[in-house]
Amino acid sequence: MTPPLLLVKDLVKHYRAGGFLSAAAPPVRAVDGVSFEIARGETLGLVGESGCGKSSVGRTILRLQEPTSGSAALDGTEIFSLQSEGLRTMRRHMQMIFQDPYGSLNPRMKVGDAIAEGIRIHRLARGAAVGERVAALLAEVGLDAGYATRYPHEFSGGQRQRIGIARALAVEPALIICDEPVSALDVSVQAQVLNLLGDLQRQRGFAYLFIAHDLAVVRQIAQRIAVMYLGRIVETGPVDAVLADPRHPYTVALRSAVPEADPARHGGRIVLAGDPPSPAAPPPGCPFHPRCFHPSRNERCRTERPELRPVGMQMAACHYAEITPLAVEGASSRVAGIA
Amino acid sequence: MTPLLEVRDLRVGFPTGRGAIHPVDGVSFTLDRGRTLAVVGESGSGKSLTALALLRLVPSPGVIEPGSMVRLGDQVLTELDERAMRAVRGGRIGMVFQDPMTSLNPVFTAGDQIAEAVRAHRKVTAREARDRALALLEEVGMPAPERRLDEYPHQLSGGMRQRVMIAIALAAEPELLIADEPTTALDVTVQAQILELLDALRAKRGMAVLLITHDLGVVAGRADDVAVMYAGQIVESAPTAQLFAAPAHPYTQGLFASIPTLHGERGRLTPIPGVVPPPDQWPSGCRFAPRCAFRFEKSSEPPPLLPAGPGQLARCWLHAEQPA
Amino acid sequence: MAWSKPVGRAGLLLLGALALVAVFGPMALPDPAAQGDLLAESLRPPGEGHLFGTDQLSRDVFSRVASGLRLSLTLGVLAAMLAVTLGTLIGLVAGTWGGAIDAVLMRLVDALLAIPRLFVLLLALAVWDRIPLPALVLLLGLTGWYGTSRLVRGEARRLHREEFVRAAEALGSGRWRIAFRHLLPNVAGPVLVAATLGIGDVMLLEAGLSFLGLGVRPPTPSLGGMIQESRSVFATAPWTSIFPGVAIVLAVLAVNLVGDALREALDPRSA
Repeated sequence: MTPPLLLVKDLVKHYRAGGFLSAAAPPVRAVDGVSFEIARGETLGLVGESGCGKSSVGRTILRLQEPTSGSAALDGTEIFSLQSEGLRTMRRHMQMIFQDPYGSLNPRMKVGDAIAEGIRIHRLARGAAVGERVAALLAEVGLDAGYATRYPHEFSGGQRQRIGIARALAVEPALIICDEPVSALDVSVQAQVLNLLGDLQRQRGFAYLFIAHDLAVVRQIAQRIAVMYLGRIVETGPVDAVLADPRHPYTVALRSAVPEADPARHGGRIVLAGDPPSPAAPPPGCPFHPRCFHPSRNERCRTERPELRPVGMQMAACHYAEITPLAVEGASSRVAGIA
Repeated sequence: MTPLLEVRDLRVGFPTGRGAIHPVDGVSFTLDRGRTLAVVGESGSGKSLTALALLRLVPSPGVIEPGSMVRLGDQVLTELDERAMRAVRGGRIGMVFQDPMTSLNPVFTAGDQIAEAVRAHRKVTAREARDRALALLEEVGMPAPERRLDEYPHQLSGGMRQRVMIAIALAAEPELLIADEPTTALDVTVQAQILELLDALRAKRGMAVLLITHDLGVVAGRADDVAVMYAGQIVESAPTAQLFAAPAHPYTQGLFASIPTLHGERGRLTPIPGVVPPPDQWPSGCRFAPRCAFRFEKSSEPPPLLPAGPGQLARCWLHAEQPA
Repeated sequence: MAWSKPVGRAGLLLLGALALVAVFGPMALPDPAAQGDLLAESLRPPGEGHLFGTDQLSRDVFSRVASGLRLSLTLGVLAAMLAVTLGTLIGLVAGTWGGAIDAVLMRLVDALLAIPRLFVLLLALAVWDRIPLPALVLLLGLTGWYGTSRLVRGEARRLHREEFVRAAEALGSGRWRIAFRHLLPNVAGPVLVAATLGIGDVMLLEAGLSFLGLGVRPPTPSLGGMIQESRSVFATAPWTSIFPGVAIVLAVLAVNLVGDALREALDPRSA
């Protein structure tokens, strides 16, 4: 049994809120005990809404932020204990594609230089060979090799994302963390970039940690999915199983809320009450219980925090995951939805 | 019954070094009371500018070209003077913008901003305006409305801010509500709440709603009719069910084929090749032709809107089958 | 860029003209120190042979103004360059490394800012009898970098939060690389503007100091010094003060116009 490419255990990232004057403020528990693994060549979709901590997970694994506690191992090597040289070497094997096509490229750096930066830092090629590699990478992402001498502002959002992808590919990583790579793109461009990401993975065999808030996009590209809520994974499993038969009430609501391009499927929508609670003050017990509409919700949910446990083909963090939240008739009417 | 809103040949022009461009180029549609029309398009389609043009808020140096006609009830908006138009804005037409963080003034409380909207169109005292603001916050489903009155935008979540924007838009009981990408900046679960809210308000107040979006999914459950825009023109219009059952224009078909869904096939997506051209590079014939798999000789002539199904129009020569 | 705006164009033209005079003037014109026949040639109004007239020592005013201009511009440019380089370096380091380094550096700047620049200059110049030019440049430069360092630090901090810096970190860039390869090119804009305006500041300072009799001492021609020397004959021979005065004004104006135009051109909103 080959060990997984990426193994994350009990990852915790807390931010200290406030500055000088509010030293006593509770920390923001952005990531509150997250564990998962990704095999070589596989795509794990990490889904959740804003504030759930999914972006923090990606950035912490890459050591763009320091974790509060927990471990993450890439191919057996513990990422969080690496320093300078070791860390730099590790960076070759893990890369990131960013969400904002406009902010993720240095406006005063030629596109070719941006792509070549990784090659230069890790001395993967020298002299003329660098330029050749850059040209090859541009071609691989569907851009003209001549674009290397231009500046980012001359390109559209979709093209900039391709440049960002080329930049990540340049160091030939084994794992690429995609942080909402298509959220800021137009619909017709999204499809192009998603196809490109899929094609590249098939050709080069790297793994993706695909962070997104859009369930349909994740379904398109991922084999497995992990749903996050308030810093924790509440459900995880094969993407088809989880989306076809969600076991955690939040997954049910999330799935139900996705606007579907099919008028026939608009009934029985679950509408959650209120806003997600603040990660600085998560509720005791199950983090979802104040908004939960599960028919079996009771006192236990308020006091005892559920752990991820196997239910059917997936794992869910709910005391009553065996009973599908929608099993009871009129479940949607029990929701204190907004007027 | 005459439609509440009638738009005919709306054109918005911007001067450039090489002549004028028209990001909105001959848009016509109608909207009845109590119904929702969704205008769908990507960036560069002209949909947001259309909404601004209805309110005559086109940013300079843009102008609404003569020949454009916008009628709301018995007022022809394109012919009003600025003062009368100001009474219409907010008074007869309410507008909800995309990003509540930048549309709300950060230095005034929510209550103040709603009250100001009330006072702009009604002669009431400060006390009355405040009461009305509270009533509006309740109507838009704001939790703990009394507290929110005195809170600042940065203290509110995205969903709450959007509710405040909606309250402001409703302050003077408008007949038409224009919502420009009202949920794009919000989480999916909050999106669902806001869309439900808009729908309920529409039903309760008998307003007409013009919903502008790029998201076909948002349209599916919420709109009675849809108009798809591309390169400044409406390329398809139909009742929602008809559009989803049988999209007639290749662009619409391309959009459906390129968006990932929760159901259906999971194969490779079929993106529309190419990119949306900027207004100064629009072809003289059919504007979608360069990216269209079905283009043929006639595509070099600009197609009019042609009947393509029950209640459905498509700007495509493929539907001009009927020989004279 | 800057020359596309009429203001910038005017400023550049003016600056160009003044620079030409400053560079070539002293070579082409009569020796500024040459004193003609004191009785016949002194205090002659502008006219033949002397475009700007002569002063009380019958020296040609025009060539003196040209020399003084040359001195002012040289001093201004060199001192501003020194100040800006120092300020940028310190601001960049403070903004990129943050933490303790940032705190220490910025407290240093705070402390230095508390000491009035003029006071320091006066003190140094009072002690130094005939200050050599390089020392004056150093003095002016070393007292003029504080504002730039704060500006650059602020910009560096802001830019450090941008995603492209995260991308550079993810690729394995160390902090030096990030500071000089990524942040520096992006702060170049505001720094350039600050530098241009700094030239004007230094020129005015120098003129003021020379006027007070400190800084550059006669007989080396300096615009401020000329105004000081001609005070006694102002009533009868105003051209001896007016021309140097106008020269200072035009030089500072030109530099400010260019700086303003640069600032507008580099404004991201108009990009």
